[in-house]
Amino acid sequence: MISARGLTKSYGDLVAVNDVSFTIRKGEITGILGPNGAGKTTTLRMLTCYLEPDRGDIVIGDHNVKDNPLEVKKIIGYLPESAPLYPDMLVYDYLVYVSEVRGVPANGRIREIGRLCGINEVMHKNISELSKGYKQRVGLAHAMIHDPEILILDEPTSGLDPNQIVEIRNLIKEIGKQKTVILSTHILPEVEATCDRVIIIDRGSIVADDRTDILQKSLGKDNRISLKVSGADFAALSEAMKGIAGVRDVARLDDRDLTGALITVSGDSEARPEIFKTVGARGWVLYEMKQEQVSLENIFRQLTQGGNNGQI
Amino acid sequence: MDRFNTALTIMKKELRAYFVSPIAYIVITIFLIFSGFFFFKDFFYFNQAEMRNYFQLLPLMFTFVVPAVTMRLFSEERQSGSMEILMTLPVTSLDVTAGKLLAGTLFTIVMLAPSLFYVVTLIIVGSPDPGPIIGGYLGAIFLAAAYASIGVLTSSLSKNQIIGFITGWAACFFLWLIDKIVFFMPPALGFLEYLGTDTHFQNISKGVIDTRDIIYFLSITALSALATVKILDERR
Repeated sequence: MISARGLTKSYGDLVAVNDVSFTIRKGEITGILGPNGAGKTTTLRMLTCYLEPDRGDIVIGDHNVKDNPLEVKKIIGYLPESAPLYPDMLVYDYLVYVSEVRGVPANGRIREIGRLCGINEVMHKNISELSKGYKQRVGLAHAMIHDPEILILDEPTSGLDPNQIVEIRNLIKEIGKQKTVILSTHILPEVEATCDRVIIIDRGSIVADDRTDILQKSLGKDNRISLKVSGADFAALSEAMKGIAGVRDVARLDDRDLTGALITVSGDSEARPEIFKTVGARGWVLYEMKQEQVSLENIFRQLTQGGNNGQI
Repeated sequence: MDRFNTALTIMKKELRAYFVSPIAYIVITIFLIFSGFFFFKDFFYFNQAEMRNYFQLLPLMFTFVVPAVTMRLFSEERQSGSMEILMTLPVTSLDVTAGKLLAGTLFTIVMLAPSLFYVVTLIIVGSPDPGPIIGGYLGAIFLAAAYASIGVLTSSLSKNQIIGFITGWAACFFLWLIDKIVFFMPPALGFLEYLGTDTHFQNISKGVIDTRDIIYFLSITALSALATVKILDERR
């Protein structure tokens, strides 16, 4: 659906995106993940024809971005970061304007998209009066009004409250069932929650590009178990845990009333039954034991901070 | 046809934006007060049923009124970031420039429209010569388009509306001034007179419609519009 080869873009001396290549398949939700200033927005802007790459090639659908930007823009719906909509327009007028420019009949479509994005009740308000969450939803409606094949969202949940984030994510997942969605974010749980695939960018280059679950598996060599018991002090607990096969490290986990420990276990061994038995045998009381899902966070940290970029 | 419709849609949107902001009404009011003063000065002091003085001063007034009208067209979009939304819609730089230029020109014409009451007054109380009046309005439309295109160009140069306005005013004022300073220059530079807007405007407003004058205004408009398109494309 989208293939980019050797994209490079610099602003003056600053190379924002350096020789980036990737392919995005139809019907996937792809997350572009990276720290602030990694080149996510620049990459998306090149895909949407807002910026022209200094070097490299982008083919979207059957069209080359360089030769046929107009056709490319027609099949893309794009929501820029922080949804910079015209503040002194009514939501309804704005959507009518966008559908006119896009050449789609406005009548039924605006009501339909309004229902999908949950903005029907603010249709006759000024955009400047909307809360951040509603503004973001109007931005989504703007991006989807022409039922695009490809939806590109730049930090779609930034600045929203937790409820709104969940709503927007669900909406994106819903849309992602039929469309190709690309979203950028610097928030890891977002990628874990919504994306089928993730491209990690750091300092203008791609450092990882794979399916989210594969990436989690390939990098998550250790499991972590958090444990809370009463009746033991940390030294005794630590001593006992270190005796269990597979346990590599025990760290203190602060808790007000209980004794907590964060236990690192080698990936292939299952230590939980042994832990349970040991705690029971010593007469301690087990309050909590939880194996943590290895999160992308560790992977992300490894890739974007260590000097060993490019190695997984 | 497609492209033309897109430009028209953008024009409609910009015109609507003009009339929801108070700035439009302030500019119109100031313009009407000043132009009204210059019209009625002659009308009452000299008992003349003509608009010659009105049209004589119009180019000078336009040098600051038109850039004030056009200053927001691109600066505001760049300042607020909505430029990104606009340019990722299926539009070309030419559509956008044409739409905004048309909106600025039409707004100036709307601003000029109340002066038709003066014409009505003149017809009631006297018998004005229709030639200079028709020519004056025709020239005003061409002048509005030329200055609006300069204003659109300077607006596209900066995120700051005030900078867009001041550079626009300076450019328009320079074009207005140029045929007046030729007098001080060596005779070899006499051709510079033809670059001035005022010479051409005064020709038309005498009621003499010469293709050279019309071509002059159209070239200024086209050149500035193309420069704007070039700037928008370069910025990618």
